Amino acid sequence: MMSAFWVLLKRDLLLALRRRSEIFTVLFFFLIVISLFPLGVGSEDATLKKIAPGVVWIAALLASTLALDRLFANDYLDGTLEQLTLAPQSLSVMVFAKMIAHWLLTGLPLVLIAPLVGLFYHLPSNTIGVMMLVLLLGTPVLSMIGAIAAALTLGLRGGGVLVSLLVLPLYIPVLVYGAGAISASMVEGLSIQPYLLLLSAFMLLALIFSPWATAAALKISLE
Amino acid sequence: MTLEVKNLQCIRGDRELFTDLSFQLEESQLMMLEGQNGSGKTTLLRSLCGLYLQDQGEILWNGISIKKQDEDYRRELLYLGHLNGIKADLTVLENLRFNATLAGKIPSTDKLMQALDTIGLYAFEDFPTSQLSQGQKRRVALARLLISKAKLWILDEPFVALDIAAVELLQSIIANHVDNGGMVILTTHQEVPLTSGKIKRLSLSEEQDNLPSSAK
Amino acid sequence: MNFYPLAGKLIPIFWLAAIVLTAIGLYWGFFKTADAMDNGMKEYYRIIYVHVASAWMAMWLYAVMVAWAMIGLIFNTRLSFMMASATAITGTIMTIIALVTGAIWGKTSWGTWWDWDPKLTTFLILLFVYIGYIALQSAIDDTRRSDKASALLALVGLAIVPVIYYAVNCPDPNQCASLHQESSLKRVESNILIGMLVTTLGFWMYSFATILMRARNIILERERNTSWVSKLNEVN
Repeated sequence: MMSAFWVLLKRDLLLALRRRSEIFTVLFFFLIVISLFPLGVGSEDATLKKIAPGVVWIAALLASTLALDRLFANDYLDGTLEQLTLAPQSLSVMVFAKMIAHWLLTGLPLVLIAPLVGLFYHLPSNTIGVMMLVLLLGTPVLSMIGAIAAALTLGLRGGGVLVSLLVLPLYIPVLVYGAGAISASMVEGLSIQPYLLLLSAFMLLALIFSPWATAAALKISLE
Repeated sequence: MTLEVKNLQCIRGDRELFTDLSFQLEESQLMMLEGQNGSGKTTLLRSLCGLYLQDQGEILWNGISIKKQDEDYRRELLYLGHLNGIKADLTVLENLRFNATLAGKIPSTDKLMQALDTIGLYAFEDFPTSQLSQGQKRRVALARLLISKAKLWILDEPFVALDIAAVELLQSIIANHVDNGGMVILTTHQEVPLTSGKIKRLSLSEEQDNLPSSAK
Repeated sequence: MNFYPLAGKLIPIFWLAAIVLTAIGLYWGFFKTADAMDNGMKEYYRIIYVHVASAWMAMWLYAVMVAWAMIGLIFNTRLSFMMASATAITGTIMTIIALVTGAIWGKTSWGTWWDWDPKLTTFLILLFVYIGYIALQSAIDDTRRSDKASALLALVGLAIVPVIYYAVNCPDPNQCASLHQESSLKRVESNILIGMLVTTLGFWMYSFATILMRARNIILERERNTSWVSKLNEVN
């Protein structure tokens, strides 16, 4: 079972490395959205500090939604997804491998680019640290919830827009507490620990339910 | 080992594809599935794999419903559908190794190379699959048959896109599997000459049954 | 298909009950409770009879929809999927009514059409979840897949909507632990509560009637080629 898990994880990473441009499209999309806000809202120091937490998370939400399209669609079109469901392994475990690969390719780069966002928005250095931490906790949840919606809309016409419609409302808790933690870190004397605990709880819940729900959704979509 | 189908019924949309379908398949038997386009051949094969949930009836593997044994059944199963199930960005060898590992075997490179050799992809192992012709891609998919330990092969139109030499090769691979006590179900218009074992034929509704019911 | 004729007989009864109960509830609310309000509220508070009833229904119907979806997924019964999708539409309508009446309430009491108050926000998100369900269902042509996929989505929504509710109500976890929001129901006088409950009962009856009507339509559409449908009087 584990060998299939690792081999699938490695395969997805290898495929992404052979199409490196796809990793960068998501990353640049994130950066573009980030840099649009100062142009639209204004670039005074106070404004930037005020909107930064929300902007980072909304950009992360949109980038993550955009990337969902790639999670299963290619495997579906070339028939490898069908073979995955027929393999003598638990489909949830395989789906989990794909989620991890997907997060490493689309979520982790956002975490790593966060200091640049801090620079753009004049954030203090401890806030940048908090931002990276909450992105590290929150983006896997986005990938895992998103995977369910990606599986449900597999192969549908206009699937991309539909995925956003299904998934964005479900991202709200991560948005609220992810952005809340960054805001709190800029206020003297506020603890960010409750935010981190809540985000960790979401991650735990997503870890338990999402692979199972995604596997069920894939079986429905492949019928 | 036996595969037993009891009173199977599949409905797609408002069309009844087949109903009350029963058959049994034993070791060293090959079943040819016949029927015109749209008669439900692919749906039948997919329900045998557990990919499609039948509306009524049962599919039993060694007397137990396939729904209840899941992974145990899938270990004995090899399905080849219309899609090749290979990644265009991986090389021929990588594709085959991935597919074999997925099926639960971690094969040696020698064994994989030997399989590629037999299937006629000698010296292609490091080619990205995207650079191969349709027939060659199909061969990459078919190479799985050579390294598989599965008892039951379910093949949907396996001869499509193959040249004469490859057709003969595949015929002998299938005959060999039946020789060794394997079971094969396939849809094709191509005869498969067997050296041993038994050929069964199943024809899906030649009558008007499969017209949309509004046309009756 | 015993459901179809049975539903046909029940629909007029539910309609009648809906009209009578809603009329009683609103009459009670509009004319019998006005004097009870002397704590500074003005006449426009009466919209709560519709607002509260529709808000309750919006939540209840989501639960009903999920229940049907679960039954459908477990027992693979087609009728329960049809009931789930019929319920979704009525639930969406109730959510919209709750939002519109909430906005009117907001305009009259807070001076603004929309306020990002936790309750209203939750209903806005509930509306998005309902719309997602309907959108997914109508995007899939194959009825089997659309039934099951939307049912699974409803289940996922059931797991996440309470978390959303919590997040919207308590965006700052540093303060939530100490702040216990009292249910607004406890602050309501029993006289008004009766009006609300009777109206809600009327809305339940309305929901039953419209859900059954929609379910009948879905059945007719899906089974249009069967012999029992072609024998029906209303089809010929």
